[in-house]
Amino acid sequence: MLDTIRRLVDEQGRLSVAAATIGDDADLYATGLTSFAAVQLMLALEETFDIEFPDRMLNRRSFSSISAIAGCLHELKGEEAA
Amino acid sequence: MNAPLDHGANVVATAARHADDVDRNGRFPIEAVQALKDARLLSLLIPIEFGGGGASLADVAEICTSLGQHCASTAMIFAMHQIKASSLIAHGRGSAWHEAFMRRVADEQLLLGSATTEGGVGGNMRNSICAFERDGAIFRIAKEGALISYGAYSDAILVTARRASDAPPSDQQMAVLEKSQYRLERTGSWDALGMRGTCSEGFTFSGEAPVEQIFTHDFAEIASESMLATAHLLWSAVWFGVASDALSRAQSFVRKDARRHPNGPAPGALRLAEAANKLQLMRVNIVEGLKRFAKAQQNEDDLNSMSFAVAMNNIKIGSSQLSIEIINHALLIAGIAGYKNDTPFSVGRHMRDALSAQVMISNDRIFTNLSTLLLAQRIDQRLGD
Repeated sequence: MLDTIRRLVDEQGRLSVAAATIGDDADLYATGLTSFAAVQLMLALEETFDIEFPDRMLNRRSFSSISAIAGCLHELKGEEAA
Repeated sequence: MNAPLDHGANVVATAARHADDVDRNGRFPIEAVQALKDARLLSLLIPIEFGGGGASLADVAEICTSLGQHCASTAMIFAMHQIKASSLIAHGRGSAWHEAFMRRVADEQLLLGSATTEGGVGGNMRNSICAFERDGAIFRIAKEGALISYGAYSDAILVTARRASDAPPSDQQMAVLEKSQYRLERTGSWDALGMRGTCSEGFTFSGEAPVEQIFTHDFAEIASESMLATAHLLWSAVWFGVASDALSRAQSFVRKDARRHPNGPAPGALRLAEAANKLQLMRVNIVEGLKRFAKAQQNEDDLNSMSFAVAMNNIKIGSSQLSIEIINHALLIAGIAGYKNDTPFSVGRHMRDALSAQVMISNDRIFTNLSTLLLAQRIDQRLGD
């Protein structure tokens, strides 16, 4: 999952560095993620993982790091399984 | 009426007295701003523990509206100052320098200006070209082509820049520089259609200061948690004042006309009813926004959410458009008496001042941003909260 997220971050995040060089907990906003690139990233995550981000996850924190994104996805996938 | 609003009455009278001259000569409303300082209203928002008035944003908005009815330039300067104060309050707590500075704003009634745009970023405040260049315990900054409202009259300026010279354009921070720490080189004049007293001239801003004067919070947080909401709400409150004064002039015209022609309503009477409806829409839009912001301040996730950003942007769009529609109705109602500059029904300055609403942060830019956010954000279908 983390590799897929990194690939999507590379494709949609418009960061100044490659996602492979970014730690799981590093601040994506500090590497240039804007709120608009975050929306594009969200759409790509929804398409790839076949989920929909609910309103409560549409905030700055959800997309602040690779692991924060993974946390959201786990929660959404978990809800689906339950 | 509560105490800060009582103090506001003197300021409003002073602003009203000089409004024509401020507008005609495109000069800074020096008397009204001095009156704001004398009434200690520049520290109205600052918490009591730091020597301020401890007022709510709703109280500040009320004063913006009162001032907007008489001198939109003074109202806008007051609003812009309070937007900067709100960033200090929301993001300066816990920092010894910023807390001490807040105290000084209250003690000395310092007027805060803002340098958030620069040449080459196309008006996008969330991108910077210039950077904070750190050198030991101090930093240097040079920002070209910055439009700084009342820059020449500010006692301190809050300036944005990239975190460092190798940081991406969106990784910004904000710092407070005092007048003695910066130099302003004027590069552009302010001979504008309206809001002529804000003296929003172009400058090259350069300065240096201790690094402790840089906010520890990222500018992205400051923008979304204090600036976006306070700017859109307080600007809207100013425009509501401008529009409501125009409509009240139109109403006087209709009443005068009705007294003269008791046998039937004047043609403008119907338009007055229609415009009063728009004024109500404008008002509830702002009041609801003030409530939403007060509630969101209790919840950091909500403050940073897309739905909150969408709501605040919509308030700005709505009130900027409605104000023009209302003033245009007032003009149609009063006819030539409204078009002329020297009658009690004149709305020329109202129209010119309110036209700024759709260009200060361009509505088209906001619509573009909203359309992106709405790719994610769901339409809120509830009536209540």
